[in-house]
Order: sequence, then C-alpha cells, then structure tokens
Amino acid sequence: MSTTQTFDRDDISQAPDGQPADRQPAWRQDFPIDAAQDQYLVRRDFMKFMVLTSLAFTAGQFWIAATDWWRRRGSATPPARIAAATDLPVGGALLFHYPGPSDPCVLMRLGESDFVAFSQKCTHLSCAVIPDPGHGVLRCPCHEGLFDARSGRPLAGPPRRPLPEIQLETRGGQIYATGTMTRTV
Amino acid sequence: MPKPSDLHFFIDPHRCIGCQSCVQACSECDTHRGQSMIHLEYVDRAESVQTVPVVCMHCHQPTCAEVGPADAIKRTSDGVVQSARKPRCIACGNCAVACPFGVPEVYADRQIMMKCDMCYDRSSVGRKPMCATVCPSQALFFGTFEEIARLRPTSVPVNEFQFGRQTISTEVYMMVPRTAAGRAPVVDVTAALADAPRPRTIPLRLIPADARQPAAAADAADPYADVEV
Repeated sequence: MSTTQTFDRDDISQAPDGQPADRQPAWRQDFPIDAAQDQYLVRRDFMKFMVLTSLAFTAGQFWIAATDWWRRRGSATPPARIAAATDLPVGGALLFHYPGPSDPCVLMRLGESDFVAFSQKCTHLSCAVIPDPGHGVLRCPCHEGLFDARSGRPLAGPPRRPLPEIQLETRGGQIYATGTMTRTV
Repeated sequence: MPKPSDLHFFIDPHRCIGCQSCVQACSECDTHRGQSMIHLEYVDRAESVQTVPVVCMHCHQPTCAEVGPADAIKRTSDGVVQSARKPRCIACGNCAVACPFGVPEVYADRQIMMKCDMCYDRSSVGRKPMCATVCPSQALFFGTFEEIARLRPTSVPVNEFQFGRQTISTEVYMMVPRTAAGRAPVVDVTAALADAPRPRTIPLRLIPADARQPAAAADAADPYADVEV
C-alpha cells in the first residue's frame, strides 16, 4: 500500500459520519464546508440569477407591449364635439370633459389655427391645473407645478410626467376631441 | 494564495509563561482591532498559574462549520478554517457552543462571530501568525516539521484529539512529550478532564530560630533621621 495519499485538497471535508459524498443527504452539496465548493455553487447561482433576470426583462418587454396595446385600444374613445372654433379667442382657454363626464380637460387656443388640449389633472397629485395661455404655461396651484402649454411637458415643480394630451380634430369650424394620449416621458 | 503546505502551527502548552504577548499582538491586528482572537486560559486557576494559549485548531472536519445554519464558516483548500463571513453570519452562536476547543466567540454588539484564522493575511504569504511571531518562549511556533523536530527533541507533534466518541484531527499540532505520545498518539481530552493532579509532598525546610535575621525593632533609631530632604 502506497503511503503517499493523494487527494484533492479542495475536497477534503468529510461528513461527521465518515460516509462518502455520494451517500450524503442533498443539502450537504448546497452547504459545503470547503470554500472552493462554495465558490462553485455561487457561480452556478450567479448564472441562475443571470438567466432568470434576463427572463424577467424579456417578460417585462412583453408586459410593456401589452399595456401599451391595451392603452391604445382603451383610448379609442368616440369623438366628441367640444366647441366651435369661433367660441374661443386667441389666447383663451375652455374647460370641457373628455372622454367621460369625470375627466376634466382644458382646451387652449394658442394661435389662429393652433388648438391644444390636455387633461386638467396634474400628474403629481391630480390637482386641477390652471391654464395660462398668455404665458404659455399651465400652472398647478397645489405644489407650484408648471407645464408647457404647447407640449404639456413639466417645466418646474414636483410633476415629472407630462399631462395626457387630448387629440383634436377640426371639422367644419367645430373642434372635436378624438382620443387621449397618456405619455410617461 | 493558500498557506504553504510545509508550514504548520505548533502549540507547546507547557512552554507557555502566561505573558499575554500573543493576546496583545493579536488584538493589534487591523481586521479585528482591539479584540484578541487568541485566548490565554488558565488550566486550573485554583491549583496552578499554568496558562495555555488557545488558537483555532483548524479541524479537518470543523464542527463549527457543521452546526452553522447560515453557511458562514468555510475552510479554504489549505486547511485553514476561516472566520465567519460577515454578510452571512447571523450571530446565532451555534459554533461557539459546538466547538470542542472553545475557540469561536460571538460579538453581540456587532452581531458576528469572530475567531482565529491563523492570521490568514500573513500565513497565506508564508509569514508567521502574529502570536507565533511575538511568543518569547516559543510556546506558539509556526514552521516546518524539521524545525520543530530539531527544536523539541523530547516532544512530538500530535494532531488527533479524542472527545468522547468523536475523534478530531486538526491542522494545528499540539506538542506532546515523546513518552506520552508513544503510549497513544491521541490527546484524549475527555479522559484528561477526569485527571486529578497527583498529590505531591512539598518538603518545607525549617530554618532554626537562631539562624534567622533579627527583625528591625519598632523602637529602633531612624537611620535616615539626619538626611536632609
């Protein structure tokens, strides 16, 4: 019998009962005492983490696409007449409700044929914004939020998302709201 | 980088003089500043002033790692059982209870167990652990088998310990007198617990009364009375 015992020094831990590794319960593989085996497990866990994370990102993309499609589908509301173009002077503003009676919106005439409309709910905490077409802004009195009147994007204050835009159409001197476009950025 | 496989830690407890140098040196280390990982224990304080340094023995089947529920204690490939991994240790104290040598200590204030790791930052690059560096009587020695055989011709290194039915082999060696190791190359700790010291007769030599130095009388003249202060 050879006296020189060769063994893998990374694999020298034995269970207290002295049985070989293949006769040990499965949890011993998950909680090894040797640092090298622990490293190996960590690497495998890392790969598992990477695969699951990329799977989650892929699922997230599908989720975003689905919610986007749902939003577009839901925003296909029937057009509603707001007012005649002549009712509103240049630099004037008009409140209306679209698509439902509990959705306050604001229509502004910025130029001769330049109409814009936004939801009146501030994207911070849903206070009613006050249109100020003369300064080209919409002002939220609750927390001094400020939105650009042309694009609805936030300019100052706590709001970070733009106001939902109401899509407009002019037919025969009448202004119609045809849809709502909710934007996140 | 692992500890060189030809270098080993040897404890020679009967050389320990209880000077606490190892404790002081250990507690200066940056990784556990102010706390000593080496314990200097009295063998039997009522009977003797003999001390014994207790470092981690680095068991081949570390019981502390077996009982740890948080998978925090790992042994590296060179046989060194590392201290608890900080992100994993939950300070449950199982290791402190289970260790047959009483090495791990739980630090409740910082919720972690810390123990001797043979100064892994030093020993992994071939340097002596700090305690072995400062020990003036070389009760703690770090070197090769050849060196220890030359330095301690009457002792042999033993790394098998018997605790009841559990036999523990360790990476750290205990120096045992050659005669005792010849009888059994295992330190039977359980049996040693029952060992009572042999009754010894200590003869006291009586000094005859007339040979004693005469004690200074209380009413003797002050020899420094004339000294100007």
